[in-house]
Amino acid sequence: MKNKSLISINDYSKEQILRTLDLAEDFEKNPSQPVLQGKVIATLFFEPSTRTKMSFESAINRLGGQVIGFASKEGSSVQKGESLKDTIKTVSNYCDLIVMRHPLEGSARYASEVASVPVINAGDGANQHPTQTMLDLYSIRKTQETLENLNLFMVGDLKYGRTVHSLLMAMSYFNTTYNFVSPEELRIPEEYKMFLKEHKLKYKEHIDFTDIISEADIIYMTRIQRERFSDPMEYEKTKNSYMLRRDMLKDTKENLKVLHPLPRINEINEDVDDSKQSYYFTQALNGVYTRMAIMSSILGLK
Amino acid sequence: MADNKPKLQVSAIKNGTVIDHIPARHLFKVISILNLDHIKTQITFGTNLESKKLGYKAIIKLSEVYFKDEDINKIALIAPHAKLNIIKDFNVTTKRQVEVPDQIKGIAKCGNPNCITNNDNVNTIFYVLPKDKEKVALKCHYCEKITDPEDMEVF
Repeated sequence: MKNKSLISINDYSKEQILRTLDLAEDFEKNPSQPVLQGKVIATLFFEPSTRTKMSFESAINRLGGQVIGFASKEGSSVQKGESLKDTIKTVSNYCDLIVMRHPLEGSARYASEVASVPVINAGDGANQHPTQTMLDLYSIRKTQETLENLNLFMVGDLKYGRTVHSLLMAMSYFNTTYNFVSPEELRIPEEYKMFLKEHKLKYKEHIDFTDIISEADIIYMTRIQRERFSDPMEYEKTKNSYMLRRDMLKDTKENLKVLHPLPRINEINEDVDDSKQSYYFTQALNGVYTRMAIMSSILGLK
Repeated sequence: MADNKPKLQVSAIKNGTVIDHIPARHLFKVISILNLDHIKTQITFGTNLESKKLGYKAIIKLSEVYFKDEDINKIALIAPHAKLNIIKDFNVTTKRQVEVPDQIKGIAKCGNPNCITNNDNVNTIFYVLPKDKEKVALKCHYCEKITDPEDMEVF
């Protein structure tokens, strides 16, 4: 994986994913390893994403690396009309690795083709966010002690949610059973169902999940955004059906954990936060370890 | 010759290429994919000709023009049944069908307005994926979204 950009989760094989997760586990046990000492990493955020940026920068700082970059395009050369190509070519001179978030889909792949240093995609529009997927996988493996043969519930906006699509594809390596729970308007797109059929994996779609929640090993909650609905009345009607409350977790599996890519709005009631099933805040911490693993293996330091 | 049924009202050429069995609705896309508007020799078109297979088809006859396989195969996305006849001295010397390429570069626009190729000066690359027996789908190398060749816009 040395010098190889990470743009899409599909760039990594099953073995490469598992190797990265093992490395992240090692960083969790020994977080103070100054392997990035003397390295400069650019975090280029063409649109703001506080959480992802801080997670990367925390990982870089803990490993002794230096960070340069910008947090939004305002005040950067991009605002003066510089092309993405020129920005990337220039910044390549200043650093050993680029971490990039950009509102346009495909921007990260393009950046990796013009950059002279490796690029990590920290989100390109609605397309991919592979480091999020890696931390989701890490969280699943950590809580279940395996990735194989799990029953994964994905709940909420399954149509536009890029974290859902990437996680679905990555989990296809591990004989996963999928349960998709969403309102009619936000169902999982046809192309992903085709993908699962090709891989001979079981999936079901549901409008409601209260009756089947007892089968779940992992519930992956996502936020339903009002602007995704063509009819605002439909949003008002459906928003509460996809809200997880503590009383719903009563007769569930012992090993069940609830994940969420965050930020949460109201789809997980706050009374779930201190239940033994809630895992979403630890999940965010896992992001630091997985990003440590990804950056140090791309730079050939691990 | 079987190809010269009387209902085809397009005159014969001496030497060159005949492209037959183009779906009539895609004639102008084929013209722009093959850059025919820059050709100086004689070209005749026929369109909205009745066809058992396609409903309505178009035909293009190009005098003194021959195509490389990689160029002509680009039209397979929208005219998968197109047939090529190479003409020498009014006789068909070679017949062949177009073949769908694995990858197409720089001819079609990505259908996703939020794709980098529609916002920066980036050449498009698509992977051609089988959709079903008859049809293909185009997956953008950059944004990974699918464009249907039926809706594809040609540069």
